[in-house]
Amino acid sequence: MNGKAAAAGMDGDAGSARRRPAVPRLRFEFDPVRTGSPWWMPLAAVFAALAVCAVFIAAGGTDPLAVYKKMLTGAFGTRFGLTETLVKAIPLLLCGIGVSIAYRISFWNIGAEGQFLAGAMAATAVTIYMPDLPAVLALPLMTAAGIAAGGLWGLLTALPRAYFQVNELISSLMLNYIALLLLDYVVFGPWRDPGGLNFPGSPMFTADQSLPAFGSTRLHFGLVFALAAALLYAFTFRHTRWGYELRLIGANPEAARNAGISLNKHLLLVMLASGGLAGLAGMAEVSGVAHRLMYGISPGYGYTAIIVAWIARLHPVGLIVSAFLFGGLIVGGYSVQTLGLPSATSEMLQGAVLFFLIAGAAFGMIRIRRVR
Amino acid sequence: MNEPHAVEMRRICKQFGALVANDNIDFAAKPGEVHALLGENGAGKSTLMSMLSGVYRPTSGEILIRGRSVNIRSPKDALALGIGMVFQQFRLVHTLTAAENIVLGEKSSVWRGASWMRRKTEEIGAVAERFGLKIPVERPVWQLSVGEQQRVEIVKVLYRGADLILLDEPTSVLTPGEADQLFEMLRQLRDAGKTVILTTHKLREVMEIADRISVMRKGRMVGTMNRYETNERELAQLMVGRAPAGVMRPAGRPPGKPLLEAEGLTVEAGKGRTAVRDLSLTVREGEIVGIAGVAGNGQSELAEVLAGLRPWRGGTIRVCGREWKWASVRTAIESGISHVPENRMKSGMAGSLGIVDNLLLKTYRHPERSRFGMLRSRRNRAWARSLVERFDVKAAGLDTPVRQLSGGNQQKLLFAREVDRDPKLMIAVHPTQGLDIGAAESVHRLLLELRAAGRGVLLISEDLDEVMQLSDRMLVMFGGTIVGEMSRENADRERIGLYMAGLQDAPGEEAS
Repeated sequence: MNGKAAAAGMDGDAGSARRRPAVPRLRFEFDPVRTGSPWWMPLAAVFAALAVCAVFIAAGGTDPLAVYKKMLTGAFGTRFGLTETLVKAIPLLLCGIGVSIAYRISFWNIGAEGQFLAGAMAATAVTIYMPDLPAVLALPLMTAAGIAAGGLWGLLTALPRAYFQVNELISSLMLNYIALLLLDYVVFGPWRDPGGLNFPGSPMFTADQSLPAFGSTRLHFGLVFALAAALLYAFTFRHTRWGYELRLIGANPEAARNAGISLNKHLLLVMLASGGLAGLAGMAEVSGVAHRLMYGISPGYGYTAIIVAWIARLHPVGLIVSAFLFGGLIVGGYSVQTLGLPSATSEMLQGAVLFFLIAGAAFGMIRIRRVR
Repeated sequence: MNEPHAVEMRRICKQFGALVANDNIDFAAKPGEVHALLGENGAGKSTLMSMLSGVYRPTSGEILIRGRSVNIRSPKDALALGIGMVFQQFRLVHTLTAAENIVLGEKSSVWRGASWMRRKTEEIGAVAERFGLKIPVERPVWQLSVGEQQRVEIVKVLYRGADLILLDEPTSVLTPGEADQLFEMLRQLRDAGKTVILTTHKLREVMEIADRISVMRKGRMVGTMNRYETNERELAQLMVGRAPAGVMRPAGRPPGKPLLEAEGLTVEAGKGRTAVRDLSLTVREGEIVGIAGVAGNGQSELAEVLAGLRPWRGGTIRVCGREWKWASVRTAIESGISHVPENRMKSGMAGSLGIVDNLLLKTYRHPERSRFGMLRSRRNRAWARSLVERFDVKAAGLDTPVRQLSGGNQQKLLFAREVDRDPKLMIAVHPTQGLDIGAAESVHRLLLELRAAGRGVLLISEDLDEVMQLSDRMLVMFGGTIVGEMSRENADRERIGLYMAGLQDAPGEEAS
């Protein structure tokens, strides 16, 4: 063993003088301090996702370019498509801002879906138990109920995390299923519309219980909620004391503790806000779009919102843009059905985007260097 | 003498930027000996070891293994030369078994089926047995005790054919009983012809286990000797060095009112460990009180309690005459305590945020900095700019993430924040750790300025020179309490060194 090791030592010694590589070797260094994802990384992720999905679409015997073109025109090419895209963008933006607030302090809330449903159910409860309120009372009450229910649903993840270190990823995900089953229970059971021919949904809302729409489109007042939320989100983080505290917690919780900031208190507040926004999205969806609570009220807005948030890098303007794009992706997914493709095509794209986004973030921390 | 050294390092220098971690080190270990590398934290022991194990490469100098000059470029090279390192932080995969962890680094570590694994497990068991190391090879690592995990690491390097075994602070994670077991194993390794080099700052261990001892101080090698030719007192003296260089230190006014009074303080550090026991100290206006001591004797916990970060179990704390009821950072901040934490980037700063945000950390609640729940951004920027100028912080801009600043500039920024609040009492923990000489000097100047302005400073440092240079009074902490106190005039390096080593009875001996 001794001799072998000594020989290796000789080799290493001689090698240092001899080994001048003709082709420069590359070295990959993990350096999260001085690197960061470049700004074009989200765009690259989207294009990579489009390219990879094109392979699958082509393998299915359809021309991917035709599919993408159809999606594009379906989502953004017509007045109807555009307003539909905006309609889908509203819950995505609200939920996206919601999860972004939580992600800013590294709280991995993936429960926007459940918080959305909680908000939708609470708003509907107002219509069920107080059916005859005038609009000036019904709508604010429904809004408040939606926000409160979403926020409370959010607290259900924050409280165990704050006091018992329960992993929020698991609890928030599980609470999604609880909310979903609760929804099934009320729409198949107590709240089912007696005149609805067994359709699993609540009675239709009255005009007083519906958010006003713009003109003859399905685009509703929720858009104002969403944009106001984006504005408030941007303002809070940039200019307010609370925003500063949250930025500090996000950047270094230990330093925040040193500044006398209570992490648990802010965790609860953040989840109240995060869930509240998702709850508001749920309220806007039942009151502005569906005009009733029904089975499958959310096509997974709460999950898509997570991708929306990451592709925007939690940035307010980015959130508006990406919510709009992902709204278009959902609408475009419907329109490709005429080409014989399932609307799940858009879900495949969403998944691929998230995949490349995460890969991009990981690679962004690696610096490539030539070895001299 | 005709037998070549197992390892020899000649004129080794290692620089990290402006910081010289190893300055012209000569070091040699004979085959079949246990060689201890003794020194305080930051003396450069780990750096030296890292160059042997291929983690770092020397800036200049030569390394010889068994008399041959070698070039160690990576841990793989080191292993090929028969050098194996057991790091302070174990590098084990917790969900795998001990045997799997050991096989993991092999070139052909691809899973080859159960029979192959069984054979490997047997081989590993045989290696462990040969050197008298008992490890439960089939158990997942997370079920093992710290001592057992360390044994797995040792078996790992043995299994890979190392005959020069480096251990970085091997006892720092062990209980005393486990440490005894470790020493027993190391003796067996030595008797089997292996060369063992370990780093430590504990004198007792050195005297117990080492055949030869090399002492390092501030990046230099100050001496190598046989164990039977030396004693703990001599080692302590070598470790902490000789008389300090003369420094400019203006005579202060006589200290004024007490700012901080702690009495009978007892602090738990989790897992039933008492970090601070029955400790009393006072810091007055216009004085610097230095706490010397080897790391891990309760200094960190003491500082955390005084900064309001950690609850205490017994005793009282009075700040400016007012007694604290419970631990609260807000109370500490508001009563004028300023805290320069041990690890500035870990707990003192938010690395990804810019200079303004980091300066605001302690004062953002003040009406000057925020009003009606809103930050006064324009005003804050101007204020930050003035601080950056006043404290000579070099940065590209006010929004540069502070983790991109140099260590010295980060510390200047932190001091800017803490001094600008005009604190009554500053608790500075290792304030110059990792700084080059220039930056360290400006930190010292700031501390002296605070003192001149009639503020109190509690300086906790492992750097005895620093404590002796700056302090009006010196306390030595060992085992969670103050074991020695002396005024500046009576300060005696040798005595402090012995106190630090926990040899409290030594001064008495000296008198006789």
